[in-house]
Amino acid sequence: MTLRDLLDKILRRQPASATTARERLQLVLAHDRSDLSPETLDQMRREIFEVVAKYVDIDLEEGDVSLETEDRVTALVANLPIRRSMAASSNE
Amino acid sequence: MTNSRTILICSGKGGVGKTTLTANLGIALAGQGARTVVLDADFGLRNLDLLLGLENRIVYTAQEVLAETCRLDQALVKHKQEPNLALLPAGNPRMLEWLKPEDMQTIAGMLSERFDYVLIDCPAGIEDGFKNAVAAAKEAIVITTPEVSAVRDADRVIGLLNTHGVSPVQLVLNRVRPKMMANQDMLAVDDVTDILALPLLGLVLEDEQVIVSTNRGEPLTLNGSASPAAKAYGNIASRLQGEDIPLMDPAKERRGIRARVRRLMQTKIF
Ligand SMILES: Nc1ncnc2c1ncn2[C@@H]1O[C@H](COP(=O)(O)OP(=O)(O)OP(=O)(O)O)[C@@H](O)[C@H]1O
Ligand SMILES: [Mg+2]
Repeated sequence: MTLRDLLDKILRRQPASATTARERLQLVLAHDRSDLSPETLDQMRREIFEVVAKYVDIDLEEGDVSLETEDRVTALVANLPIRRSMAASSNE
Repeated sequence: MTNSRTILICSGKGGVGKTTLTANLGIALAGQGARTVVLDADFGLRNLDLLLGLENRIVYTAQEVLAETCRLDQALVKHKQEPNLALLPAGNPRMLEWLKPEDMQTIAGMLSERFDYVLIDCPAGIEDGFKNAVAAAKEAIVITTPEVSAVRDADRVIGLLNTHGVSPVQLVLNRVRPKMMANQDMLAVDDVTDILALPLLGLVLEDEQVIVSTNRGEPLTLNGSASPAAKAYGNIASRLQGEDIPLMDPAKERRGIRARVRRLMQTKIF
């Protein structure tokens, strides 16, 4: 974060347009590079949640599946906080 | 020639400065003693002849060379003031109907036998014109401006260059405005190089002299102009030749108290 970002935050100003440009580009390029549209990603996210939910109790509110890019390599990153294992609960 | 280099100059998005770079780089390399040819691969909208001031001297084009109705040396237009530079003009736009990637390879192959550098001015877009041009290229320079649409299109082109095995691919950032960058109203140089993950070959400032030189048909690198863009194009040529020349720092282009405050505002605090 830069001093300007901090001031923007404190003064509740709009972020610098270059910052907005960078963030928008990172998002759109992650989609371009993986050839995944936001809708397809959404669909996949729902299906991943369904599959994982069969095995563990996940926190749907906190969970996220997103595309992240670094050095032209795009990764699908799933962050799915587990409440507690269902197998464990059935053993109780 | 065994160590001849065939370099595609491309961008994806139109109007970001491909032809201007090709013309200036061609003159600069030739001025440094390298035998250089610029090949206009923009058959639909040819402009390279105009930027070099050679539009009235075209007799034959790549079209006649391919059809074998003239020899290559008849079609090559030598530059008046810079005899190390030649232009191979694009043919009639109707060439687009039959031109194939192999045809471009044939032309580039013939040129690489006689020249140290073959610079190919690529058409905008990623359709047939691009595919034909990329087939002939060994290396590429991707040129972009610090704007979201240009960077996005550059990214598409870089992906395609990778698929075609073109390497190395280097980046030129054009129309940089130091004041806007200092105000963080323009993507920073690092933003663009990080996002595109390419080595930076050069930075060219927004410069009115570019338009003046285009009016005259005399590239800025021709007459030793001291304008910022002229210097930038010259440095790009030297770096291509392997010289180690430090990159310009847009922040240093602006001095004074206000520029210092702006730089302070950009200081990373976390
Ligand atoms: N550094 C610069 N400063 C100011 N103007 C510039 C600069 N670079 C390019 N231009 C202007 O931008 C316009 C487009 O440049 P140019 O024709 O080189 O782009 P291009 O990528 O070849 O376009 P096309 O995709 O149509 O072939 C021209 O009017 C040119 O003078
Ligand atoms: Mg052009």
